Amino acid sequence: MSDLWVHPSLILIAGALLLPAIPERLRKGWLLLVPLLVFARIATLSKGTFGEVHLLQFTLTFGRVDALSTVFGYIMALMCLLGTLYGLQVKRAAETMAAWAYVAGSLGAIFAGDLLTLFLFWELMAFSSVFLIWFRGRKESLGTGYRYLLVHVAGGVSLLAGIVLHYHATASLAFVGFNVAHPALPDYLILIGFVLNAAVPPFHAWLPDAYSEATFSGSVFLCAFTTKTAVYALCRGFAGMEILIPLGVVMALYGVVYAVLENDCRKLLAYHIISQVGYMVAGVGLGTQLAINGAVAHAFAHILYKGLLFMGTGSVLHMTGKSKFTELGGLYQKMPWTFAFTLIGGLSISAFPLFSGFVSKSMIIQAGFEDHKLWMGFLLLLASSGTFLHTGLKVPYFIWFGKNHCSKETWEKAAEPPWNMIAAMAVTSFLCIFIGCYTPYLYRMLPYHPVDFHPYTSYHVFETLEILLFTALGFFLLIKKLEPEAKISLDLDWPYRMAGRAFLWFARKPVQATDSAVGEVYRTGGLRGLMSSAADIRVFDNRVIDGAVDGIGSTVRSMGGLFRRFQRGALQENLTIVFAIAAALLIAFLLLA
Amino acid sequence: MKLLRLIEFLRNHLKAVVAGSVAALVLLAILDAIPFLCDKHHAHTAIEHLPAFWCAFGFLGCALIVLVSKAFGHAGIMTREDYYDE
Repeated sequence: MSDLWVHPSLILIAGALLLPAIPERLRKGWLLLVPLLVFARIATLSKGTFGEVHLLQFTLTFGRVDALSTVFGYIMALMCLLGTLYGLQVKRAAETMAAWAYVAGSLGAIFAGDLLTLFLFWELMAFSSVFLIWFRGRKESLGTGYRYLLVHVAGGVSLLAGIVLHYHATASLAFVGFNVAHPALPDYLILIGFVLNAAVPPFHAWLPDAYSEATFSGSVFLCAFTTKTAVYALCRGFAGMEILIPLGVVMALYGVVYAVLENDCRKLLAYHIISQVGYMVAGVGLGTQLAINGAVAHAFAHILYKGLLFMGTGSVLHMTGKSKFTELGGLYQKMPWTFAFTLIGGLSISAFPLFSGFVSKSMIIQAGFEDHKLWMGFLLLLASSGTFLHTGLKVPYFIWFGKNHCSKETWEKAAEPPWNMIAAMAVTSFLCIFIGCYTPYLYRMLPYHPVDFHPYTSYHVFETLEILLFTALGFFLLIKKLEPEAKISLDLDWPYRMAGRAFLWFARKPVQATDSAVGEVYRTGGLRGLMSSAADIRVFDNRVIDGAVDGIGSTVRSMGGLFRRFQRGALQENLTIVFAIAAALLIAFLLLA
Repeated sequence: MKLLRLIEFLRNHLKAVVAGSVAALVLLAILDAIPFLCDKHHAHTAIEHLPAFWCAFGFLGCALIVLVSKAFGHAGIMTREDYYDE
């Protein structure tokens, strides 16, 4: 190692490992101290390349600190602090440990200077975050977690295959811009790994599936890290890759369409992550300095307002146990402050003047117009209208106003959440407004300087207010059409969910039917003939087969004993071990090939 | 709780709130046409110079999103909640 350089992820992982040993009375202090230390570490990082480890012919770089990684590291650490404050009363230490390991993965990927280090932390994110889903403990949580893992392991395999091929083609593992002008197979494989985590259709269905099923505080973490780390990786590797522009625009509108249909408020917000990340992906595709600044600024603002929105709806879930519009309504009497904070999140994501989205989202749209991509600008503005329609209007209206669908039990349970959740929402709300009102705070951190963008021109304010307020008019005129329905919407997770069902059907129906038919034939026709030949076979069996079987049996038993030492019982752990071994083998192949 | 009282006050005067909102919308559309207030030099395209262009864009965009999405949903995408439970 070049010199002593404390990696922010190391602080988090050490903090997580020590957490079970911390006495109960000191625990809340520890929970705040560790993320604070991480935040302080990142805020004081000096620029440069640190933490280099030489391994065989490779140089692994754990600490590439430049403008791009610093701004992403800063916001991730800030969100970790806010998310931990929000989930302070979570009793299960393992849940916080999983969340911190997840953040450590994200920070590790952001500061990674080479592709191998990036991959290791990338996988840490997937394998730690799945516990935030499993810990919900519902019947559905287990299956959802496995689907989440399945998709991310597939993405990880694509990423690793791309890295291996990229290394063989270029003899370099450095994580710098890929060849976006003439991409080859390795570039495409790496791109698939990145866009899968960014939830770009058709690789997006894991996101609403998983984020709506996570624990109330788990979703606050999930909504920030995976997709925005992917946006960072895209900014670093694929700035200017044109195919990302139409993909981003499709994402922005796709999320909006599904949000209209959605009845679960957290799933609706998850679809809006896809929509908002679409702006960032389109910005990366443009690749101009203004567009990359816009993508980074929007990722920064998005992490805060989306965290705030998941905190608000998570509070409703935590207090009432419900997240469906058809089981909520009229809660303003019980949870007025949660309503106010969620509304601030809604106004921020909708890019209302004086709120954070206004100063970030418009940068990407402006970059589109400047690049003469008029269709991109207009379609993204159309998606803005949809964003306000759902997140600014539908979510607050159908939870806190509208028709009261609450059962007696739900209504009695409804109340403002504990102080720490209120505090986390209040601080995040403040930051959303602060960023919207005082632009230098965010603009100073952006990668390209000077930031030649002024959001508060009279025309831009008029344009935004007209779009948003007339969207509100449309909402109230069409409110009957928007009444939530107790239904789910089929998405592109349908093929792999149905593939599992088809497999079970195949096991149950044709295989079982064949088995019964063979049994029937055996009973009626073949029994007598078989009885006579059985005597001869018995002799053969006793003398020849038994000897061989006994030999194989004892070998298998001894191997079984060996494997039993690795066998932990729980399926989740076994899978983790299998995946870890597979990853280790692939990396060994890379190192030795 | 002051916030709750404010919300209830607004709900009790719903007619005035609606009238005020409609007035604000009309005012916004009118102010848009005054060059001194809304400097259309910053417009991206020529069509935006039409009076109250973004008002129409917002309203029609909202209607389009709701109607198209609902039609899409009712064309077989929305299904019963226990669809995957079997």
